[in-house]
Amino acid sequence: MDFGFTISKPRSIEPTEAGKEQLRLLEEQVPTFRRCMNCGGCTATCSAGHFINFNIRKVHNLYRWGQYKELDEELQKCMLCGKCTLVCPRGVNLRSLIIHLRKALNKDHLSNDFQHFIRNNNR
Amino acid sequence: MKRYWNEYQKKIADDKFFYERSCIRQTFFPGSEAAFLKMLREELGKDIYDEANQHTCTGIGYHSDIVPLQTTMTVVARLFALMTEAGYENYVPSCVTSFGVFTEMVEMWKHNPELLEKTRKILYDTTGRTFEIPKNIAHPSDIIYKFRYELKQKMKYQLVNRFTGKPLRVVEHIGCHYAKIFPKAGVGNAEFPYVLAGMIEAWGGEVIDYPERRHCCGFGFRQYLVQENRGYSIANSKKKFESMEPYEPDFIVANCPGCTMFLDKWQYTIAEMENKTYDKNGYGIPVLSYEEMAGLLLGYDPWKLGLQLHQVQAEPLLNKIGIAYNPNEKFTGVSGKILPRPEKPHNLLV
Repeated sequence: MDFGFTISKPRSIEPTEAGKEQLRLLEEQVPTFRRCMNCGGCTATCSAGHFINFNIRKVHNLYRWGQYKELDEELQKCMLCGKCTLVCPRGVNLRSLIIHLRKALNKDHLSNDFQHFIRNNNR
Repeated sequence: MKRYWNEYQKKIADDKFFYERSCIRQTFFPGSEAAFLKMLREELGKDIYDEANQHTCTGIGYHSDIVPLQTTMTVVARLFALMTEAGYENYVPSCVTSFGVFTEMVEMWKHNPELLEKTRKILYDTTGRTFEIPKNIAHPSDIIYKFRYELKQKMKYQLVNRFTGKPLRVVEHIGCHYAKIFPKAGVGNAEFPYVLAGMIEAWGGEVIDYPERRHCCGFGFRQYLVQENRGYSIANSKKKFESMEPYEPDFIVANCPGCTMFLDKWQYTIAEMENKTYDKNGYGIPVLSYEEMAGLLLGYDPWKLGLQLHQVQAEPLLNKIGIAYNPNEKFTGVSGKILPRPEKPHNLLV
């Protein structure tokens, strides 16, 4: 029988030491990330998220919790327009955050243009 | 270390109650409210007023962000006006969500007197009514808990398995809006809720303390209102069922309409989706409201209590306690009209 929904699987997250180290490295690159209070203003204003299934808050929370599966692909949806950075009430440099997340997750997948961008915007 | 909340008892009025019915309970547990009124009037000799002009408290709309706060305040104020006009001071809302809404509005008015004055003005301008804030707001489960020993003296049965002579093993589940919004509003507060456990122990049963005892049933309005989100809702109930299953409960008792309904109906859904039942014989775990539990022990007819309208059927439990019932009258309504028979589930035995 089709009920129109399925039973959600239970999920528990146990952050590992490796995950904590990854987070520390990211915070070193983007110190403003420590200020994030998870308000979701970035997601609310996201141009890409308006048209496709993309949630910035979810992305950086998954990274924070060490859940890297499919995160690389998810990050490619960002257009780097920077609107999220403009609206963030805590001044988190979200564009820089996305770039460094991409870098941290998979350097090889980054195009030459992005690698050049990262070299010149390593804040 | 002394655990003060463990012994916490809230103030519950003795007599002269104004009763407010629930929107959904009369559909899912059609005999529960009538049984409560009968218990109070006939078994305990109390004065309880059942107002004909009552209406919703807006609870479901309020918690789903459909009804604005000021509207809820005014609707609550109108219900209090009905109580005031009837000459009562002790408010008894049948639904746990209504109980949470009333407690919340009164608390809000206490801290924001200007909101109370505004609500009084809106109510008077629109309906010409005035109201007093109740002296006592108690949930019906509080009242049954308070008079549990008086009721026990009138009971024909106990929560004892007549075949083994051992206490029935009972899972109790408290609605979130009973004590999690305002801990002081519940007997034993949110940490040690004793309102249902007290009834079970007083009436001969044994309370099961299983790992997910305080986990939500999954009824959260935002989860179940949107069909696609119901996977979260049912996952909560499933987590509880899996946790309680090894303890082999004889039945579940709850004091919230949503918990009682979902813990009952989701057993059917899980059985259909995964062919899994949480009773070793395949019948599922019966789920009762506290009025139904008390009514059964007092010897009320199970079919007049509306047990045939539950998803998990109660006959195995009735047989364990030794409650007499006529199987031929199961689908004969109170008026004598024959009720339509429900379709049989594929996997859950009935």
